[in-house]
Amino acid sequence: MSDKTKKGTDAKTYKFDTLSLHAGYQPHKNAGSRQVPIYQTTSYLFDDVDHAAALFNLERGGHIYSRISNPTVGVLEERVASLEGGTAALATSSGMSAIFLTVMTLCEAGDHLVVSSQLYGGTVNLFRLTLPKFGIKCTFVKPRDTEGFKKAIQKNTKGIFGELVGNPGNELMNMPEISKIAHEAGIPLIVDATYQTPYLCKPFEHGADIVVHSLTKWMAGHGSSMAGILVEGGNFDWMQNDKFPTMTKPYEGYHGLSFAEEFGPTAFTMKARAEGMRDFGPCLSPQNAWNVLQGIETLSVRMKKHCSNAEEMVKYLLGHESVAWVSHPSVPDHPDHELAKKLLPNGRGSMIAFGIKGGKDAGVAFINNVKLASHLANVGDTRTLVIHPASGTHSQMDEATLKFAGLSHDMIRLSVGIEDIDDIKNDFEIGFRAARKPRLVSNQ
Amino acid sequence: MKFKVNGNEVFASTGGRPFDKKKPLIIFVHGSGLTHMTWVLQTRYFAFHGYSVLALDLPGHGLSGGKSLKSIEDMADWINSVIDSVGYKEASLVGHSQGCLITIECTARYPDKIKTLSLMGGAGAIPMNPELLALAENGDPKAVDLMMDWAHGPAGHFGGHPVPGLYHINTGGMLAKSRTIKETLAVDFRACDNYKNGFEAAKKIKIPTLSILATDDKMCPVKEGKKLADLIEGSKVDIIDNCGHMMLLEEADRVLKVLKLFITTNYPSK
Repeated sequence: MSDKTKKGTDAKTYKFDTLSLHAGYQPHKNAGSRQVPIYQTTSYLFDDVDHAAALFNLERGGHIYSRISNPTVGVLEERVASLEGGTAALATSSGMSAIFLTVMTLCEAGDHLVVSSQLYGGTVNLFRLTLPKFGIKCTFVKPRDTEGFKKAIQKNTKGIFGELVGNPGNELMNMPEISKIAHEAGIPLIVDATYQTPYLCKPFEHGADIVVHSLTKWMAGHGSSMAGILVEGGNFDWMQNDKFPTMTKPYEGYHGLSFAEEFGPTAFTMKARAEGMRDFGPCLSPQNAWNVLQGIETLSVRMKKHCSNAEEMVKYLLGHESVAWVSHPSVPDHPDHELAKKLLPNGRGSMIAFGIKGGKDAGVAFINNVKLASHLANVGDTRTLVIHPASGTHSQMDEATLKFAGLSHDMIRLSVGIEDIDDIKNDFEIGFRAARKPRLVSNQ
Repeated sequence: MKFKVNGNEVFASTGGRPFDKKKPLIIFVHGSGLTHMTWVLQTRYFAFHGYSVLALDLPGHGLSGGKSLKSIEDMADWINSVIDSVGYKEASLVGHSQGCLITIECTARYPDKIKTLSLMGGAGAIPMNPELLALAENGDPKAVDLMMDWAHGPAGHFGGHPVPGLYHINTGGMLAKSRTIKETLAVDFRACDNYKNGFEAAKKIKIPTLSILATDDKMCPVKEGKKLADLIEGSKVDIIDNCGHMMLLEEADRVLKVLKLFITTNYPSK
């Protein structure tokens, strides 16, 4: 095929930066409003009884009640689906509720999941302590132990779950290989890609089947609003085996509807909404959906700055006398450096874990003395954030679980913001000076 | 539901209701490379309102067995076999794009069996862009990307799916990739390109016919749709503004409203 022909046959669909601003919304259907309107309403008028019945029976698209769907939230859902390359999405009140809804759509009592051990502490507790109360058991596998995921699969396993880059240790899952393992077993791979956003990685291109995000983080980006989302890739065949009867068999809750037969590449999202939002109800408020949409408009601009600042901070920390070790996929001796180049071509993210010399006491002194960096339990804000995971985000774990999750007492988790890089470094110098002080005193 | 036609297993969505032979039958025929799922926002309504519905997966497509049929004429005969196989003597046909060519030919061949004909994004001939055809016959996924680009109007490109949370272009693309491109999409494209009898077939149609066309349809433009409609005696035409070739999803409510009025008037459920 000639170059001319190739050029002529490229689809002219909108690219990432354009979709970030426009996807999911048509002004002419909304009174010409250029900005997405905030539909601050609980419910929607039916034309007549027949229209109401049609909406309840999923005969027609549309909105009934804002717990199930809302036009502003719907714009956000389509926008994220478009950016991820997915077929459908369902927004939720937080990232945790997106994970819970995903699991409850996939599993029944008696089912099993294989889960990466390096996760946000709240997610670990969901899988380790809460889901067993619903009869769903999990086996944890270290993220780099690709073969371990295969060995942990049981007859009743319904999926593999993990964070692409683990929180907080920055260990990568080999997503392409683990997806092959999942697909050979006839189960989906679910990836939490909060750290990456679709700007850095599109997990569906590497074999994931469902992606979840805490939109609270980089997607919204400004530390203002809680939100989560699950996105469906549309490529998983729910009918290939008999593992997913709630997707493939007639569902009593909708007149014998089979989600897989009727909705195919959007079946999972349809079920999560029709059943999960109806029965659990973790809906996203339209105001928060709008706030997240504002963030997504500048996603690529912010992510470039987050990543460039992070790479500067990595260099600074690697050369610093007070730093024992630095973990970031951009570091050449990071065990996943090569994998990160493949999976994260647009940047390795802005989460850095580092060890401070002097252990826990030095870490506490550092965090108590930085002025610009904020000490709080969030990541992905435009502002630089720091926390000591062993005493904060992961403090509900016992010693053995901390060790298994790859956490140490000298670890500081850094979420690099988009401030001027010199100001961040100057602030860290203050923290490091304070961290060294107790040791100087004790040496005298 | 699954049933057999010519020895091969066929899948058809019944719109979420049990198939009931006492009710009048409406058969929905999808476009090139696609599946029954394109009809979800029309079929469920009719299934819940007094009709038996079959949204088919053509042979070799979606959940149906067998190999893709190579000519529109063979597909038209196959639709006739479907009607026989499910024990009906008559049916109302609804087609989209390639499905229009199939249903036009079927209606012309079996005039006593087909009671109404509804065409969406239809034309008397659908000559394929040679580059698109070559991409599909090489099994290149770009063929699907290009088809989705050309097949969607503003709703597809900006979003605004009638079902909250669904994203048009990626959903359509995934449907078209659900089976091998070479064995489904390419065979369908070639069949469309080869079919030359559309205008002659249209002249033979004497049943109530509806054509739904869209102003932004690049694949079967309004003028081509009108040319076809002009050949069908008493044919009704409805044109949707600001909409592309995938009107059955892009403007699902409008399509359903027009289709509902047409079918319930001309082929009423008792």
